[in-house]
Amino acid sequence: MYAQALNVAEKAHADDPELRARFQARVDAEEKIEPNDWMPEGYRRTLVRQISQHAHSEIVGMLPEGNWITRAPSLKRKAALLAKVQDEGGHGLYLYSAAETLGVSREELVEQLLTGKAKYSSIFNYPTPSWADMGMIGWLVDGAAIMNQIPLCRCSYGPYARAMIRICKEESFHQRQGYEIVMTLAKGSPAQKKMAQDSLNRWWWPALMMFGPSDKDSQHSDQNMAWKIKRFSNDDLRQKFIDATVPQGHFLGLTFPDPDLRFNAATGHWEHGPIDWSEFNRVVRGEGPCNRERLKARQKAHDEGVWVREAALAHAEKRAARKAAAKIAAE
Amino acid sequence: MTEKTMPLWEVFIRSRTGLSHRHCGSLHAPDAEMALQAARDVYTRRGEGLSIWVVPSSAITASDPQDKDALFEPTASKIYRHPTFYEVPEEVGHM
Repeated sequence: MYAQALNVAEKAHADDPELRARFQARVDAEEKIEPNDWMPEGYRRTLVRQISQHAHSEIVGMLPEGNWITRAPSLKRKAALLAKVQDEGGHGLYLYSAAETLGVSREELVEQLLTGKAKYSSIFNYPTPSWADMGMIGWLVDGAAIMNQIPLCRCSYGPYARAMIRICKEESFHQRQGYEIVMTLAKGSPAQKKMAQDSLNRWWWPALMMFGPSDKDSQHSDQNMAWKIKRFSNDDLRQKFIDATVPQGHFLGLTFPDPDLRFNAATGHWEHGPIDWSEFNRVVRGEGPCNRERLKARQKAHDEGVWVREAALAHAEKRAARKAAAKIAAE
Repeated sequence: MTEKTMPLWEVFIRSRTGLSHRHCGSLHAPDAEMALQAARDVYTRRGEGLSIWVVPSSAITASDPQDKDALFEPTASKIYRHPTFYEVPEEVGHM
């Protein structure tokens, strides 16, 4: 459908100011940009980077939860967790497909992840030592992801926006099942409540970091806003998330690990204490608790799947050849 | 990358409302049979469809966006193709 070959010829006049102006006018008029339309190289590069990082995050995000599928406390929880992890895989696939419409191959994208050239969301470099973490990931991590993703449903790039609409519909189940897990624990025995609180203490700050650096330190924001790839600033989205989430936690009788957290009645917002960006930078650099483990698991899955992919292709070729030979014989 | 690339397929799904098949996305698979199975797993996890078509992406011929004006602009001036172009007296009633 997306006839990627057409993209090549257009690169010749990639920075033509007249084309750039016409492109910006279309974006300003809220027209969707489609795969074979002219686009500035920077727009294409930014989208490939952002969409593929997003896809990698979905795929790597299967790992911390996959850790608990065999140990889920009931059949209901196990079925839900399996369905959720399968959704993450599906989300990764929608997003890889959207990135591929920009002229990059799936094989290149996977290689960028495995060699560490491409990043994925740092949140998945944290471990999941307790069952409560399954609840906390659904409630906080998917909750933060939804805040980020809802504006992306209106992104100027058509295939990305369409993928995000599908994803957002499915994420809502993720967040609600997570909150229900946390609620069950919070209303359970003192030991279960402690498990929920301990998990919240570990995930709260990393969840806030998911929105990325503060606006004053963010490198990509202005251009991405102008291109309508991004609609709200990191800090605005983070604030929205905090305002939505803090009352949900208090409802469960849980406390947030931030002594400075307080409601400002004048602004109607919850104010938070300083975020430790040195921790964020450490994890992005690859020094988080699970970075190496996550990539090792992806590499292993990739390597151990090679023979399956090769066999499936060989089988398809053989069947196609037989069919062609039978057709010639019949003529 | 020493591996061969996996062919790309476009996926079309007919929703339960009886509408025509609609493009919903794409996926990679070695052959049509596996493309159908993958489409079922990727695009119909919540009962989105009753029927799936998969088409090799390479088999699709698309119009070039650069020809957009030549192809579609001429219809903009042909307002006589719309029912509202024609005047019917009110006394005649709904037509």
